[in-house]
Amino acid sequence: MRRWFPFALIVFAVLIALAALMPVPAHAVRPDEMLADPALEARAREIGKELRCLVCRNQSIDDSDADLAHDIRVLVRQRLAAGDTNAQVIAYIRSRYGDYVLLKPPFQFDTWLLWGGPAAVLLVGLVGVGRYLRRQAGMTAAPPLSAEEERRLAAVIEDKPPP
Amino acid sequence: MRRWLYLLPVAVFALMAVGFYVGLGRDPEVLPSPLIDEEAPQFALPPLPGSDKGLSSADLTGSVSLVNVFASWCKPCREEHAVLIALAATKRLPIYGIDQKDKTEAVTAWLAELGNPYTRIGADDGQASIAWGVYGVPETYLIDKTGHIRYKHVGPLSQADIDKTILPLAARLGQ
Repeated sequence: MRRWFPFALIVFAVLIALAALMPVPAHAVRPDEMLADPALEARAREIGKELRCLVCRNQSIDDSDADLAHDIRVLVRQRLAAGDTNAQVIAYIRSRYGDYVLLKPPFQFDTWLLWGGPAAVLLVGLVGVGRYLRRQAGMTAAPPLSAEEERRLAAVIEDKPPP
Repeated sequence: MRRWLYLLPVAVFALMAVGFYVGLGRDPEVLPSPLIDEEAPQFALPPLPGSDKGLSSADLTGSVSLVNVFASWCKPCREEHAVLIALAATKRLPIYGIDQKDKTEAVTAWLAELGNPYTRIGADDGQASIAWGVYGVPETYLIDKTGHIRYKHVGPLSQADIDKTILPLAARLGQ
């Protein structure tokens, strides 16, 4: 293999990692939807990132070109302009579409397993490792070989029939 | 050794099997609505041109009714329309239409061609649909006498849906 190959591979991996870390601009927000006030528009973007487009399911409303996403973006801006807080706007949309409209599931009774599951698995794993290590430490070392055993072992290693 | 540990994988498998059985039988396209058993949202929609009967929240009290969100541009609505025409002919309950984001000529031509099962129709630019939590068209809501939403159906209604779900529920709510 050529010398430069591992080096090129590392550069390539770093580039991919950088690309993944780059912030993705909100593609779908149309200029005619935007609010004139940059502070309000920035809040609208904050909210838009958190709301799921229920037509495309795995995009936020800011990323989606669906009609419904457009309508909800407009509604979010109307409500902000009318003086609602971010939380009030999100609460309104949630009251219409349910928890599923939130891209980040809330921590509540029916989601405790979702949020607590990984921690519980980690805990079970740690307890298991701890018990294993303790058992290892508690084991007494095997007694040394007797003279007779040493002799037979040497014979086996040298591949001679035992005398 | 602890014998019961051998049963652990069986128990885990059984739990997962039940979970998958329930989960896979569910249609992931259908989302639960938080509006069930809530009062229907406040809204007031203008009528289609040529009619004076728009649709607003006040129309939804007094009798059990069906609210159907439709549009002439929606393909499954065409399929559903015949079912609604048949239901309207039985005069069992009023059907109210929310015509979502439609061109007036298009919906007028559509109703002229396929018939009009609706007692009242409101023209919606999309905001009333959000208030109702509509995420696809068609969607249908069953409203009780006090104006509370009791049932939501996502997607086109079939005759079986009407006979097995809508009408029995409407009969119970009408008592």
